[in-house]
Amino acid sequence: MTVPDAARTAGAASSRALGATRAMQRRRRAGSTMTVLIWAAAGLSLLPLVLIAGHLLVGGVRVLTPTFFTALPAPPGVAGGGVANGIAGTLVLIALASVIGLPVGLGAGLYLAEHRSTRLATIVRYLSDVLSGLPSIVLGIFAWEVVVRPSGQFSALAGGFALGMIMIPLVARATEEMVRLVPVALSEAALALGFTRWRTSLSIVLRTALPGIVTAALVAVARVAGETAPLLFTAFGTPYWSLRVDQPIAALPLQIYNYAMSPYDDWRAQAWGGALVLIVLVLVISMLARRATRSRFASASGGAVND
Amino acid sequence: MTAPLDRPDASARPAARGRVELDQWSVWFGATAALQDVSLAIAPGGVTALIGPSGCGKSTLLRSINRLDDATVGIRHAGHIRLDGEDVHDPRTDTSVLRQRVGMVFQRSNPFPRSVFDNVVYGPRLNGETDRRTLEEIAERSLRRAALWDEVKDRLRDSALRLSGGQQQRLCIARALANDPGVLLLDEPASALDPLATTRIEELLYDLRREVTIVIVTHNLQQAARVSDRTAFLLAGRLVEVDETARLFTSPREARTEAYITGRFG
Repeated sequence: MTVPDAARTAGAASSRALGATRAMQRRRRAGSTMTVLIWAAAGLSLLPLVLIAGHLLVGGVRVLTPTFFTALPAPPGVAGGGVANGIAGTLVLIALASVIGLPVGLGAGLYLAEHRSTRLATIVRYLSDVLSGLPSIVLGIFAWEVVVRPSGQFSALAGGFALGMIMIPLVARATEEMVRLVPVALSEAALALGFTRWRTSLSIVLRTALPGIVTAALVAVARVAGETAPLLFTAFGTPYWSLRVDQPIAALPLQIYNYAMSPYDDWRAQAWGGALVLIVLVLVISMLARRATRSRFASASGGAVND
Repeated sequence: MTAPLDRPDASARPAARGRVELDQWSVWFGATAALQDVSLAIAPGGVTALIGPSGCGKSTLLRSINRLDDATVGIRHAGHIRLDGEDVHDPRTDTSVLRQRVGMVFQRSNPFPRSVFDNVVYGPRLNGETDRRTLEEIAERSLRRAALWDEVKDRLRDSALRLSGGQQQRLCIARALANDPGVLLLDEPASALDPLATTRIEELLYDLRREVTIVIVTHNLQQAARVSDRTAFLLAGRLVEVDETARLFTSPREARTEAYITGRFG
Protein backbone atom coordinates (compact mmCIF):
# COMPACT_ATOMS: atom_id res chain seq x y z
CA MET A 1 0.00 0.00 0.00
CA THR A 2 1.43 3.35 -0.98
CA VAL A 3 1.04 6.56 0.97
CA PRO A 4 -1.91 7.99 -0.96
CA ASP A 5 -3.63 4.60 -0.73
CA ALA A 6 -3.32 4.54 3.01
CA ALA A 7 -4.54 8.10 3.34
CA ARG A 8 -7.53 7.48 1.09
CA THR A 9 -8.58 4.33 2.93
CA ALA A 10 -8.41 6.15 6.22
CA GLY A 11 -10.42 9.08 4.85
CA ALA A 12 -13.10 6.87 3.33
CA ALA A 13 -13.49 4.87 6.50
CA SER A 14 -13.99 7.90 8.71
CA SER A 15 -16.83 9.27 6.57
CA ARG A 16 -18.71 6.00 6.65
CA ALA A 17 -21.66 5.88 9.01
CA LEU A 18 -21.20 2.31 9.97
CA GLY A 19 -19.96 2.21 13.51
CA ALA A 20 -16.76 4.25 13.39
CA THR A 21 -16.58 5.81 16.83
CA ARG A 22 -14.62 8.93 17.56
CA ALA A 23 -11.85 7.04 19.29
CA MET A 24 -11.50 4.79 16.31
CA GLN A 25 -11.32 7.73 13.95
CA ARG A 26 -8.62 9.24 16.09
CA ARG A 27 -6.69 5.99 16.05
CA ARG A 28 -6.98 5.78 12.29
CA ARG A 29 -5.79 9.34 11.87
CA ALA A 30 -2.84 8.68 14.15
CA GLY A 31 -2.14 5.51 12.20
CA SER A 32 -2.08 7.18 8.81
CA THR A 33 -0.01 10.08 10.11
CA MET A 34 2.57 7.62 11.40
CA THR A 35 2.55 5.77 8.08
CA VAL A 36 3.29 8.99 6.23
CA LEU A 37 6.07 9.94 8.67
CA ILE A 38 7.73 6.53 8.41
CA TRP A 39 7.57 6.61 4.63
CA ALA A 40 9.16 10.03 4.70
CA ALA A 41 11.91 8.84 7.04
CA ALA A 42 12.61 5.84 4.82
CA GLY A 43 12.83 8.14 1.80
CA LEU A 44 15.08 10.62 3.59
CA SER A 45 17.48 7.88 4.63
CA LEU A 46 18.05 7.10 0.97
CA LEU A 47 18.65 10.71 0.08
CA PRO A 48 22.32 11.03 1.14
CA LEU A 49 23.28 7.90 -0.79
CA VAL A 50 21.46 9.08 -3.90
CA LEU A 51 23.03 12.54 -3.66
CA ILE A 52 26.53 11.16 -3.14
CA ALA A 53 26.24 8.67 -5.96
CA GLY A 54 24.83 11.34 -8.27
CA HIS A 55 27.52 13.83 -7.35
CA LEU A 56 30.27 11.27 -7.88
CA LEU A 57 28.89 10.32 -11.27
CA VAL A 58 28.57 13.91 -12.41
CA GLY A 59 31.99 14.92 -11.12
CA GLY A 60 33.86 11.69 -11.73
CA VAL A 61 32.75 10.10 -14.98
CA ARG A 62 34.46 12.89 -16.94
CA VAL A 63 37.96 11.80 -15.93
CA LEU A 64 37.35 8.06 -16.32
CA THR A 65 39.43 7.45 -19.42
CA PRO A 66 41.35 4.21 -19.95
CA THR A 67 44.60 5.97 -18.98
CA PHE A 68 43.06 6.90 -15.64
CA PHE A 69 43.19 3.22 -14.72
CA THR A 70 46.59 2.45 -16.23
CA ALA A 71 48.72 5.55 -15.69
CA LEU A 72 50.61 6.81 -12.67
CA PRO A 73 49.75 10.22 -11.21
CA ALA A 74 50.88 13.12 -13.37
CA PRO A 75 52.21 16.42 -12.02
CA PRO A 76 49.67 19.26 -11.93
CA GLY A 77 49.22 20.87 -15.31
CA VAL A 78 50.36 17.79 -17.19
CA ALA A 79 47.50 16.19 -19.08
CA GLY A 80 46.53 12.55 -18.39
CA GLY A 81 47.73 10.79 -15.34
CA GLY A 82 45.78 8.22 -13.37
CA VAL A 83 45.43 6.23 -10.20
CA ALA A 84 46.79 2.83 -11.25
CA ASN A 85 49.17 2.69 -8.29
CA GLY A 86 46.38 3.79 -5.95
CA ILE A 87 44.08 1.00 -7.10
CA ALA A 88 46.83 -1.60 -6.75
CA GLY A 89 47.92 -0.16 -3.40
CA THR A 90 44.40 -0.21 -2.01
CA LEU A 91 44.04 -3.86 -3.05
CA VAL A 92 47.35 -4.71 -1.33
CA LEU A 93 46.32 -2.85 1.81
CA ILE A 94 42.92 -4.60 1.87
CA ALA A 95 44.66 -7.96 1.50
CA LEU A 96 47.10 -7.19 4.32
CA ALA A 97 44.32 -5.92 6.57
CA SER A 98 42.25 -9.04 5.89
CA VAL A 99 45.17 -11.33 6.66
CA ILE A 100 45.44 -9.67 10.06
CA GLY A 101 41.82 -8.82 10.77
CA LEU A 102 39.87 -11.83 9.53
CA PRO A 103 41.53 -14.73 11.41
CA VAL A 104 41.79 -12.82 14.67
CA GLY A 105 38.25 -11.45 14.35
CA LEU A 106 36.80 -14.85 13.40
CA GLY A 107 38.57 -16.64 16.23
CA ALA A 108 37.57 -14.05 18.79
CA GLY A 109 33.97 -14.07 17.57
CA LEU A 110 33.83 -17.85 17.76
CA TYR A 111 35.21 -17.73 21.28
CA LEU A 112 32.66 -15.11 22.32
CA ALA A 113 29.81 -17.19 20.94
CA GLU A 114 30.89 -20.53 22.40
CA HIS A 115 31.95 -19.28 25.81
CA ARG A 116 29.53 -16.44 26.03
CA SER A 117 29.39 -15.94 29.78
CA THR A 118 32.95 -16.55 30.90
CA ARG A 119 34.87 -13.73 32.50
CA LEU A 120 37.30 -13.50 29.61
CA ALA A 121 34.44 -13.34 27.09
CA THR A 122 32.86 -10.44 28.94
CA ILE A 123 36.16 -8.56 28.97
CA VAL A 124 36.92 -9.32 25.32
CA ARG A 125 33.42 -8.26 24.27
CA TYR A 126 33.69 -4.99 26.16
CA LEU A 127 37.17 -4.19 24.87
CA SER A 128 36.24 -5.01 21.30
CA ASP A 129 33.35 -2.57 21.56
CA VAL A 130 35.79 0.03 22.85
CA LEU A 131 38.17 -0.76 20.00
CA SER A 132 35.48 -0.37 17.37
CA GLY A 133 34.61 3.00 18.86
CA LEU A 134 38.17 4.34 18.70
CA PRO A 135 38.76 7.04 16.13
CA SER A 136 40.67 5.45 13.27
CA ILE A 137 43.42 8.04 13.43
CA VAL A 138 44.29 6.75 16.90
CA LEU A 139 44.86 3.32 15.42
CA GLY A 140 47.03 4.99 12.80
CA ILE A 141 49.19 6.59 15.50
CA PHE A 142 49.41 3.25 17.26
CA ALA A 143 50.51 1.52 14.06
CA TRP A 144 53.08 4.26 13.53
CA GLU A 145 54.39 3.71 17.04
CA VAL A 146 54.67 -0.09 16.87
CA VAL A 147 55.50 -0.66 13.19
CA VAL A 148 56.75 2.49 11.48
CA ARG A 149 59.03 3.79 14.23
CA PRO A 150 60.84 0.52 15.00
CA SER A 151 61.28 -0.30 11.30
CA GLY A 152 62.33 3.23 10.47
CA GLN A 153 60.06 3.68 7.46
CA PHE A 154 56.50 4.02 6.29
CA SER A 155 55.24 0.81 4.76
CA ALA A 156 52.26 -1.01 3.32
CA LEU A 157 52.61 -3.42 6.23
CA ALA A 158 52.06 -0.63 8.76
CA GLY A 159 48.98 0.51 6.82
CA GLY A 160 47.61 -3.03 6.66
CA PHE A 161 48.24 -3.40 10.38
CA ALA A 162 46.27 -0.25 11.18
CA LEU A 163 43.39 -1.27 8.91
CA GLY A 164 43.44 -4.83 10.28
CA MET A 165 42.91 -3.51 13.78
CA ILE A 166 39.84 -1.67 12.58
CA MET A 167 38.52 -4.91 11.10
CA ILE A 168 39.03 -7.09 14.18
CA PRO A 169 36.15 -5.84 16.35
CA LEU A 170 33.78 -5.55 13.38
CA VAL A 171 34.41 -9.13 12.32
CA ALA A 172 34.46 -10.45 15.89
CA ARG A 173 31.09 -9.06 16.93
CA ALA A 174 29.42 -10.01 13.66
CA THR A 175 30.82 -13.54 13.85
CA GLU A 176 29.51 -13.85 17.39
CA GLU A 177 26.02 -12.81 16.30
CA MET A 178 25.98 -15.14 13.31
CA VAL A 179 27.32 -18.13 15.22
CA ARG A 180 24.68 -17.65 17.90
CA LEU A 181 22.01 -18.01 15.24
CA VAL A 182 23.18 -21.53 14.37
CA PRO A 183 20.72 -23.90 16.04
CA VAL A 184 22.02 -25.91 18.99
CA ALA A 185 20.50 -29.00 17.37
CA LEU A 186 23.10 -28.79 14.62
CA SER A 187 26.09 -28.72 16.95
CA GLU A 188 24.53 -31.48 19.04
CA ALA A 189 24.21 -33.59 15.92
CA ALA A 190 27.91 -33.14 15.26
CA LEU A 191 28.90 -33.81 18.87
CA ALA A 192 26.75 -36.95 18.88
CA LEU A 193 28.63 -38.18 15.81
CA GLY A 194 31.90 -37.96 17.71
CA PHE A 195 33.08 -34.51 16.65
CA THR A 196 35.23 -32.76 19.21
CA ARG A 197 34.08 -29.38 20.31
CA TRP A 198 36.58 -27.31 18.32
CA ARG A 199 35.96 -29.41 15.24
CA THR A 200 32.22 -28.92 15.62
CA SER A 201 32.86 -25.18 15.86
CA LEU A 202 34.99 -25.06 12.75
CA SER A 203 33.34 -27.50 10.39
CA ILE A 204 29.68 -27.27 11.40
CA VAL A 205 28.96 -24.05 13.21
CA LEU A 206 31.32 -21.78 11.31
CA ARG A 207 30.37 -23.24 7.95
CA THR A 208 26.69 -22.84 8.63
CA ALA A 209 27.18 -19.27 9.76
CA LEU A 210 29.52 -18.52 6.86
CA PRO A 211 27.20 -16.53 4.57
CA GLY A 212 26.44 -14.10 7.39
CA ILE A 213 30.08 -13.88 8.40
CA VAL A 214 31.13 -13.21 4.81
CA THR A 215 28.67 -10.36 4.64
CA ALA A 216 30.11 -8.93 7.84
CA ALA A 217 33.67 -9.36 6.59
CA LEU A 218 32.72 -7.51 3.41
CA VAL A 219 31.25 -4.66 5.39
CA ALA A 220 34.54 -4.52 7.29
CA VAL A 221 36.54 -4.55 4.05
CA ALA A 222 34.38 -1.80 2.62
CA ARG A 223 34.90 0.20 5.77
CA VAL A 224 38.71 -0.05 5.75
CA ALA A 225 38.98 0.37 1.99
CA GLY A 226 37.84 3.93 2.41
CA GLU A 227 39.86 4.76 5.53
CA THR A 228 42.25 7.62 5.06
CA ALA A 229 43.34 8.79 8.47
CA PRO A 230 45.13 5.61 9.61
CA LEU A 231 47.09 5.56 6.34
CA LEU A 232 48.43 9.11 6.57
CA PHE A 233 51.46 8.14 8.62
CA THR A 234 51.61 4.40 7.96
CA ALA A 235 51.20 3.57 4.26
CA PHE A 236 52.01 7.24 3.59
CA GLY A 237 51.34 7.08 -0.15
CA THR A 238 53.66 7.45 -3.10
CA PRO A 239 53.34 8.83 -6.59
CA TYR A 240 55.30 5.85 -7.92
CA TRP A 241 54.39 2.28 -8.66
CA SER A 242 55.09 -0.03 -5.70
CA LEU A 243 53.66 -3.29 -4.46
CA ARG A 244 56.32 -3.94 -1.82
CA VAL A 245 54.93 -4.40 1.66
CA ASP A 246 58.03 -2.91 3.33
CA GLN A 247 57.84 0.34 1.33
CA PRO A 248 55.40 3.22 1.33
CA ILE A 249 52.46 2.37 -0.88
CA ALA A 250 49.83 4.41 -2.70
CA ALA A 251 46.17 4.15 -1.75
CA LEU A 252 43.06 5.54 -3.38
CA PRO A 253 41.79 7.36 -0.27
CA LEU A 254 45.16 9.04 0.18
CA GLN A 255 45.20 10.15 -3.43
CA ILE A 256 41.65 11.42 -3.18
CA TYR A 257 42.63 13.31 -0.04
CA ASN A 258 45.70 14.88 -1.64
CA TYR A 259 43.97 15.72 -4.90
CA ALA A 260 40.86 17.13 -3.31
CA MET A 261 42.95 19.45 -1.11
CA SER A 262 45.06 20.63 -4.02
CA PRO A 263 44.60 23.99 -5.75
CA TYR A 264 44.62 22.41 -9.23
CA ASP A 265 41.36 21.91 -11.09
CA ASP A 266 42.46 18.80 -12.97
CA TRP A 267 43.59 17.16 -9.72
CA ARG A 268 40.31 17.97 -8.04
CA ALA A 269 38.46 16.43 -10.97
CA GLN A 270 40.61 13.34 -10.60
CA ALA A 271 39.67 13.18 -6.92
CA TRP A 272 36.04 12.67 -7.97
CA GLY A 273 37.11 10.00 -10.41
CA GLY A 274 39.15 8.29 -7.71
CA ALA A 275 36.20 8.31 -5.33
CA LEU A 276 34.00 6.73 -7.98
CA VAL A 277 36.62 4.04 -8.64
CA LEU A 278 36.91 3.36 -4.92
CA ILE A 279 33.19 2.78 -4.56
CA VAL A 280 33.03 0.54 -7.61
CA LEU A 281 36.07 -1.38 -6.33
CA VAL A 282 34.36 -2.12 -3.01
CA LEU A 283 31.22 -3.15 -4.86
CA VAL A 284 33.13 -5.55 -7.11
CA ILE A 285 34.98 -7.09 -4.16
CA SER A 286 31.71 -7.77 -2.35
CA MET A 287 30.11 -9.30 -5.39
CA LEU A 288 33.06 -11.59 -6.06
CA ALA A 289 33.34 -12.74 -2.45
CA ARG A 290 29.63 -13.37 -2.22
CA ARG A 291 29.67 -15.44 -5.36
CA ALA A 292 32.65 -17.44 -4.13
CA THR A 293 31.06 -18.37 -0.83
CA ARG A 294 27.49 -18.86 -1.93
CA SER A 295 26.41 -22.22 -0.58
CA ARG A 296 24.31 -24.45 -2.77
CA PHE A 297 22.91 -26.19 0.28
CA ALA A 298 22.47 -23.53 2.90
CA SER A 299 19.93 -21.72 0.78
CA ALA A 300 18.14 -24.79 -0.52
CA SER A 301 15.18 -24.56 1.78
CA GLY A 302 16.03 -21.73 4.09
CA GLY A 303 15.19 -24.04 6.97
CA ALA A 304 18.74 -24.52 8.14
CA VAL A 305 19.11 -21.55 10.38
CA ASN A 306 15.59 -20.72 11.48
CA ASP A 307 14.54 -24.30 12.21
CA MET B 1 40.75 -54.27 24.73
CA THR B 2 42.85 -52.52 27.32
CA ALA B 3 42.34 -48.78 27.60
CA PRO B 4 38.80 -47.58 28.21
CA LEU B 5 36.74 -47.52 25.08
CA ASP B 6 39.23 -48.38 22.42
CA ARG B 7 38.12 -47.95 18.87
CA PRO B 8 36.33 -51.21 18.08
CA ASP B 9 38.26 -53.52 15.84
CA ALA B 10 35.77 -54.62 13.22
CA SER B 11 37.30 -58.05 12.66
CA ALA B 12 37.70 -59.00 16.32
CA ARG B 13 34.43 -57.58 17.55
CA PRO B 14 32.57 -59.80 19.97
CA ALA B 15 29.29 -61.11 18.62
CA ALA B 16 27.15 -59.38 21.21
CA ARG B 17 28.07 -55.74 21.61
CA GLY B 18 26.03 -52.83 22.81
CA ARG B 19 25.41 -53.88 26.40
CA VAL B 20 24.58 -50.86 28.56
CA GLU B 21 24.52 -51.04 32.35
CA LEU B 22 23.56 -48.24 34.69
CA ASP B 23 24.70 -48.72 38.24
CA GLN B 24 23.26 -46.38 40.88
CA TRP B 25 23.37 -43.62 38.30
CA SER B 26 22.50 -40.12 39.57
CA VAL B 27 22.69 -36.73 37.86
CA TRP B 28 22.29 -33.26 39.31
CA PHE B 29 21.97 -29.97 37.49
CA GLY B 30 23.11 -27.51 40.11
CA ALA B 31 21.13 -28.38 43.22
CA THR B 32 18.35 -30.14 41.31
CA ALA B 33 18.47 -33.90 41.08
CA ALA B 34 17.53 -35.05 37.59
CA LEU B 35 18.19 -38.76 38.11
CA GLN B 36 18.59 -40.65 41.36
CA ASP B 37 20.07 -44.10 41.85
CA VAL B 38 18.94 -45.54 38.57
CA SER B 39 20.13 -49.09 38.03
CA LEU B 40 19.21 -50.60 34.72
CA ALA B 41 20.78 -53.32 32.58
CA ILE B 42 20.15 -53.19 28.85
CA ALA B 43 21.09 -56.37 27.02
CA PRO B 44 22.65 -56.24 23.55
CA GLY B 45 20.11 -55.96 20.75
CA GLY B 46 16.45 -55.30 21.18
CA VAL B 47 14.56 -52.10 21.85
CA THR B 48 14.26 -50.56 25.28
CA ALA B 49 11.70 -47.78 25.69
CA LEU B 50 11.99 -45.10 28.36
CA ILE B 51 8.62 -43.68 29.33
CA GLY B 52 7.46 -41.24 31.93
CA PRO B 53 5.98 -37.76 32.28
CA SER B 54 7.84 -34.66 31.10
CA GLY B 55 10.78 -33.80 33.28
CA CYS B 56 11.12 -37.30 34.71
CA GLY B 57 14.70 -37.60 33.50
CA LYS B 58 14.28 -39.79 30.40
CA SER B 59 16.28 -37.51 28.13
CA THR B 60 18.91 -36.91 30.79
CA LEU B 61 19.33 -40.67 31.11
CA LEU B 62 19.69 -41.02 27.36
CA ARG B 63 22.22 -38.20 27.15
CA SER B 64 24.20 -39.69 30.01
CA ILE B 65 24.94 -42.75 27.92
CA ASN B 66 26.83 -40.75 25.26
CA ARG B 67 27.86 -37.96 27.66
CA LEU B 68 26.19 -35.29 25.59
CA ASP B 69 25.55 -33.15 28.67
CA ASP B 70 29.23 -33.10 29.57
CA ALA B 71 29.61 -29.42 28.74
CA THR B 72 26.49 -28.36 30.63
CA VAL B 73 27.41 -25.93 33.37
CA GLY B 74 26.74 -27.21 36.88
CA ILE B 75 26.23 -30.87 36.02
CA ARG B 76 27.37 -33.51 38.52
CA HIS B 77 26.90 -37.21 38.56
CA ALA B 78 27.44 -40.28 40.71
CA GLY B 79 27.42 -43.98 40.00
CA HIS B 80 28.55 -45.74 36.85
CA ILE B 81 27.43 -46.37 33.32
CA ARG B 82 29.15 -49.22 31.53
CA LEU B 83 29.19 -49.86 27.80
CA ASP B 84 30.26 -53.42 27.08
CA GLY B 85 31.89 -53.49 30.49
CA GLU B 86 33.85 -50.25 30.07
CA ASP B 87 33.18 -47.22 32.23
CA VAL B 88 31.64 -44.51 30.06
CA HIS B 89 32.36 -41.71 32.53
CA ASP B 90 35.91 -42.73 33.21
CA PRO B 91 38.07 -39.61 32.82
CA ARG B 92 40.27 -41.50 30.37
CA THR B 93 37.33 -42.22 28.09
CA ASP B 94 37.52 -40.37 24.80
CA THR B 95 34.06 -38.92 24.18
CA SER B 96 34.64 -38.92 20.41
CA VAL B 97 35.24 -42.67 20.42
CA LEU B 98 32.33 -43.19 22.80
CA ARG B 99 29.93 -41.23 20.59
CA GLN B 100 30.94 -43.20 17.54
CA ARG B 101 30.00 -46.35 19.40
CA VAL B 102 26.78 -44.83 20.70
CA GLY B 103 24.83 -43.10 17.96
CA MET B 104 22.06 -40.63 18.69
CA VAL B 105 18.98 -39.35 16.88
CA PHE B 106 17.13 -36.30 18.14
CA GLN B 107 13.54 -35.18 18.37
CA ARG B 108 13.87 -32.66 15.58
CA SER B 109 15.70 -34.00 12.56
CA ASN B 110 18.93 -32.07 12.29
CA PRO B 111 20.68 -32.81 9.01
CA PHE B 112 23.62 -30.59 8.18
CA PRO B 113 22.96 -28.11 5.38
CA ARG B 114 24.94 -30.21 2.90
CA SER B 115 24.15 -32.93 0.41
CA VAL B 116 22.49 -36.20 1.39
CA PHE B 117 25.73 -38.05 0.69
CA ASP B 118 27.89 -35.68 2.73
CA ASN B 119 25.52 -36.01 5.65
CA VAL B 120 25.75 -39.79 5.76
CA VAL B 121 29.54 -39.98 5.53
CA TYR B 122 30.29 -37.28 8.09
CA GLY B 123 31.28 -39.81 10.72
CA PRO B 124 33.50 -41.99 8.51
CA ARG B 125 35.16 -38.87 7.10
CA LEU B 126 35.83 -37.70 10.63
CA ASN B 127 37.69 -40.95 11.15
CA GLY B 128 39.92 -40.12 8.22
CA GLU B 129 38.23 -42.24 5.57
CA THR B 130 38.87 -40.49 2.25
CA ASP B 131 38.56 -43.26 -0.30
CA ARG B 132 35.65 -42.36 -2.54
CA ARG B 133 34.61 -45.92 -3.23
CA THR B 134 34.63 -46.90 0.46
CA LEU B 135 32.60 -43.82 1.37
CA GLU B 136 30.06 -44.61 -1.33
CA GLU B 137 29.75 -48.17 -0.03
CA ILE B 138 29.25 -46.92 3.52
CA ALA B 139 26.67 -44.39 2.34
CA GLU B 140 24.68 -46.99 0.42
CA ARG B 141 24.84 -49.53 3.25
CA SER B 142 23.79 -46.99 5.87
CA LEU B 143 20.97 -45.58 3.76
CA ARG B 144 19.71 -49.09 3.05
CA ARG B 145 19.77 -49.91 6.76
CA ALA B 146 17.79 -46.73 7.38
CA ALA B 147 15.29 -47.75 4.67
CA LEU B 148 16.01 -44.58 2.75
CA TRP B 149 18.19 -45.77 -0.12
CA ASP B 150 15.44 -46.32 -2.68
CA GLU B 151 14.04 -42.85 -2.09
CA VAL B 152 17.29 -40.92 -2.27
CA LYS B 153 19.65 -42.96 -4.43
CA ASP B 154 19.16 -40.52 -7.31
CA ARG B 155 19.30 -37.48 -5.06
CA LEU B 156 22.56 -38.06 -3.20
CA ARG B 157 23.93 -34.73 -4.46
CA ASP B 158 20.82 -32.78 -3.46
CA SER B 159 20.64 -30.76 -0.32
CA ALA B 160 19.50 -32.83 2.65
CA LEU B 161 17.18 -29.99 3.55
CA ARG B 162 15.06 -30.73 0.47
CA LEU B 163 13.99 -34.10 1.88
CA SER B 164 10.67 -34.44 3.69
CA GLY B 165 10.60 -34.41 7.49
CA GLY B 166 10.35 -38.18 7.74
CA GLN B 167 13.13 -38.66 5.21
CA GLN B 168 15.33 -36.19 7.08
CA GLN B 169 14.83 -38.15 10.27
CA ARG B 170 15.74 -41.43 8.55
CA LEU B 171 18.75 -39.64 7.08
CA CYS B 172 19.81 -38.77 10.62
CA ILE B 173 19.44 -42.43 11.53
CA ALA B 174 21.56 -43.39 8.50
CA ARG B 175 24.14 -40.82 9.55
CA ALA B 176 24.33 -42.37 13.00
CA LEU B 177 24.49 -45.89 11.54
CA ALA B 178 27.39 -44.95 9.26
CA ASN B 179 29.63 -45.02 12.35
CA ASP B 180 28.48 -48.63 12.89
CA PRO B 181 27.52 -48.01 16.51
CA GLY B 182 26.62 -50.77 18.95
CA VAL B 183 23.98 -48.63 20.59
CA LEU B 184 21.48 -46.24 19.04
CA LEU B 185 19.81 -43.64 21.26
CA LEU B 186 16.60 -42.05 20.02
CA ASP B 187 15.09 -39.06 21.79
CA GLU B 188 11.43 -38.93 20.75
CA PRO B 189 12.43 -39.51 17.13
CA ALA B 190 8.90 -39.45 15.72
CA SER B 191 7.18 -36.81 17.81
CA ALA B 192 7.51 -34.18 15.07
CA LEU B 193 6.39 -36.53 12.28
CA ASP B 194 3.06 -37.39 10.73
CA PRO B 195 1.55 -40.86 11.36
CA LEU B 196 2.81 -42.36 8.09
CA ALA B 197 6.39 -41.19 8.63
CA THR B 198 6.14 -42.40 12.22
CA THR B 199 5.12 -45.86 11.04
CA ARG B 200 8.15 -46.01 8.76
CA ILE B 201 10.48 -45.09 11.61
CA GLU B 202 8.88 -47.74 13.82
CA GLU B 203 9.24 -50.40 11.12
CA LEU B 204 12.84 -49.36 10.74
CA LEU B 205 13.51 -49.80 14.44
CA TYR B 206 11.95 -53.23 14.24
CA ASP B 207 14.44 -54.23 11.56
CA LEU B 208 17.42 -52.66 13.29
CA ARG B 209 16.90 -54.26 16.67
CA ARG B 210 18.77 -57.39 15.69
CA GLU B 211 21.99 -55.54 14.95
CA VAL B 212 21.94 -52.59 17.32
CA THR B 213 20.89 -52.00 20.89
CA ILE B 214 18.16 -49.39 20.66
CA VAL B 215 17.13 -47.14 23.53
CA ILE B 216 14.19 -44.90 22.70
CA VAL B 217 12.62 -42.12 24.73
CA THR B 218 9.00 -41.62 23.85
CA HIS B 219 5.97 -39.76 25.12
CA ASN B 220 3.74 -41.92 23.06
CA LEU B 221 2.76 -44.97 25.09
CA GLN B 222 1.28 -46.78 22.09
CA GLN B 223 4.56 -46.30 20.35
CA ALA B 224 6.46 -47.72 23.29
CA ALA B 225 4.11 -50.70 23.31
CA ARG B 226 4.51 -51.21 19.56
CA VAL B 227 8.26 -50.93 19.13
CA SER B 228 9.93 -52.00 22.34
CA ASP B 229 10.85 -55.32 23.88
CA ARG B 230 11.39 -53.86 27.30
CA THR B 231 10.04 -50.71 28.86
CA ALA B 232 11.38 -48.68 31.76
CA PHE B 233 9.09 -46.27 33.57
CA LEU B 234 10.71 -43.25 35.20
CA LEU B 235 9.09 -40.82 37.58
CA ALA B 236 10.68 -37.76 39.15
CA GLY B 237 14.19 -38.96 38.39
CA ARG B 238 13.73 -42.47 39.75
CA LEU B 239 13.29 -45.74 37.95
CA VAL B 240 9.93 -47.07 39.06
CA GLU B 241 9.71 -50.24 37.09
CA VAL B 242 11.35 -52.02 34.20
CA ASP B 243 9.95 -55.11 32.57
CA GLU B 244 9.05 -56.87 29.36
CA THR B 245 6.92 -54.38 27.47
CA ALA B 246 3.95 -56.72 27.16
CA ARG B 247 4.01 -57.40 30.86
CA LEU B 248 4.56 -53.80 31.97
CA PHE B 249 1.59 -52.63 29.93
CA THR B 250 -0.76 -55.47 30.91
CA SER B 251 0.14 -56.24 34.50
CA PRO B 252 2.41 -53.60 36.02
CA ARG B 253 3.67 -54.41 39.48
CA GLU B 254 3.71 -50.81 40.68
CA ALA B 255 0.53 -48.84 41.25
CA ARG B 256 2.27 -45.68 39.93
CA THR B 257 3.08 -47.43 36.66
CA GLU B 258 -0.49 -48.49 36.26
CA ALA B 259 -1.71 -45.00 37.04
CA TYR B 260 0.60 -43.56 34.36
CA ILE B 261 -0.13 -46.02 31.59
CA THR B 262 -3.86 -45.80 32.15
CA GLY B 263 -3.59 -42.05 31.80
CA ARG B 264 -4.38 -41.01 35.33
CA PHE B 265 -1.46 -38.57 35.38
CA GLY B 266 1.32 -37.31 33.18
